[in-house]
Amino acid sequence: MDKTQVLLALAVALFALGMIGVVVRRNVLVMLMCMELMLNGVNLSLVTFAHQAASNVGAVLVFLVFVVAAAEIAIAIPIVLLLVRSKRTLDLASYSDLKG
Amino acid sequence: MIERLLANLDTLLLYLFAACAFVSAALMIVLAQPMRVALALISTMVFLGGIYGLLGVHFIAAFQVLIYVGAVMVFMVYAIMLLDVRDPAYQRRYSRYLVPGILAGVAFFAALAWGLAREFADVAEGGPAAGGAFGIQQFAAAFLNEYWLHFELTSVLLVAAVVAALAVINVSRRDRG
Repeated sequence: MDKTQVLLALAVALFALGMIGVVVRRNVLVMLMCMELMLNGVNLSLVTFAHQAASNVGAVLVFLVFVVAAAEIAIAIPIVLLLVRSKRTLDLASYSDLKG
Repeated sequence: MIERLLANLDTLLLYLFAACAFVSAALMIVLAQPMRVALALISTMVFLGGIYGLLGVHFIAAFQVLIYVGAVMVFMVYAIMLLDVRDPAYQRRYSRYLVPGILAGVAFFAALAWGLAREFADVAEGGPAAGGAFGIQQFAAAFLNEYWLHFELTSVLLVAAVVAALAVINVSRRDRG
């Protein structure tokens, strides 16, 4: 296994771990952090492919992912605080009445 | 022995950082306290920044530490500190989807890894020399010449995020008052 394959395997593993975390964990903030982990896995794969293909496109995409992650967290945290204010807990199971 | 080790120091460090990043990402699933999960995520990001630096994309490594660790995770840590520590969600870690979630995650990893192994089995290493196509100059020129539209669109996205955050705050004010 060479360097590129190790990094791609790590990227896939980070994405899968983030997905497991989003499904498995109970705490809303931890789920948000697992989403960040998924974004990090995607970033690693983009950088690895850009490094292999010697192109700038991957780096540009990584920058766009940075911006999206910052915007996501800037909206998600106030929403979580609002949910906690109305339900008094971070437990995801107690938000099930939000289902349509 | 030592010379061989030093000659391969880059690769060795890369594997070390990759292993550390994987271990701290796995810790995120296991640890109970959100603050510890946040610290595990921060260490994952720092190790990924080290990997980016070793790959020669130094500006992405810098922005990984500045934006992710410096801005996003500090915001997250503040949110964790604002909330009540006696929350029941802190004691019971896992939702009822524990077993199906882990099974689906492992199956997902296996499918992706199988696809990657099939596609990239014969890809030669042959990467570019570090810094070749990856200087900040080439990146900045390409960014503002070819991708200026995307750059402007990110500013629209950020404005939308600011407006949305203000709207959320207004909703909470209306609820309280």
